[in-house]
Amino acid sequence: MKAKIHVTLKPGILDPQGKAIEHALATLGFANAGNVRMGKYLELDINEAAKDKAEAQVKAMCEKLLANTIIEEYRYELQ
Amino acid sequence: MNFGVIVFPGSNCDHDCMHVLSDLLGQKAVPVWHKESSLAGLDAVILPGGFSYGDYLRTGAIARFSPVMGAVKQFAQEGGMVLGICNGFQILLEAGLLPGAMLRNRSLSFICKDVYVRVENAATPFTGFCKPGQVLKIPIAHADGNYYTDEVMRSQMKAAAQVVFRYCTAEGEVTQEANPNGSLDNIAGIMNPAGNVMGMMPHPERSAEDVLGNEDGKLIFLSMLDALKKAVERGVSALVGGVTIENIARR
Repeated sequence: MKAKIHVTLKPGILDPQGKAIEHALATLGFANAGNVRMGKYLELDINEAAKDKAEAQVKAMCEKLLANTIIEEYRYELQ
Repeated sequence: MNFGVIVFPGSNCDHDCMHVLSDLLGQKAVPVWHKESSLAGLDAVILPGGFSYGDYLRTGAIARFSPVMGAVKQFAQEGGMVLGICNGFQILLEAGLLPGAMLRNRSLSFICKDVYVRVENAATPFTGFCKPGQVLKIPIAHADGNYYTDEVMRSQMKAAAQVVFRYCTAEGEVTQEANPNGSLDNIAGIMNPAGNVMGMMPHPERSAEDVLGNEDGKLIFLSMLDALKKAVERGVSALVGGVTIENIARR
């Protein structure tokens, strides 16, 4: 089973990289682009056939290591 | 006194710390490889600056799972003195030994320069040699020093006087202009509620001797040494700076 995980800063937390990208986009003429949030994307294989078990593991991975839940939130897809 | 300096893959200020402790303060300082599982015989532990594990994922995120961190947690729980500098501070945050998290600097730049910090709490084992409100000039060198914590923790920390250093002007005024990285409330250093674990972004080991033109950072190490000596003098359980530091003498 493959897990696709997105980690982003929580809403309301300053994202200096997102802001810089937003300014760059505006410079390029994409003035209508706003609220850029920059995050991380991780992909991993789990040797687990049962979806609920795989999901529990991915959740634990996110909580323990992949995201710092003080400042970040995460979402994932399992395929 | 016996100081242990934890060495992670990518630590690069370990030797500077050991130099200050052994050559300037005449103490015993030993490197502790991150794979060690015991801190027996040590009176205090320092997590030095650097780029542990290449800052992969987040600063300090991987280092906190090093085998030695279990021993550091236990050492801290037993009242042992732990100082995290820069990357060491980031590791203590990730490990949950200190509250909050680090965001990328507001400017997105790696900032390496002298800054001024004001001693907000001089009644700690790390700042006993400082006067309340004293301004110290100590260099910073980081890309992720933009301290953040939520409102609840922010007020808890205020109530418990856990903020030890704040970025300020040379005159000691805490202003936005004096905030190099966007840190919440200009926070440059904090401690745990018990007062035996402190993290700071500025590098005191880089400003601890006259030949470098600045000795302000030495006050941190002198304070630690003094607190440890007093703890030993007073017995196994000692009050240092209003904080109970147990077991230090036993170690």
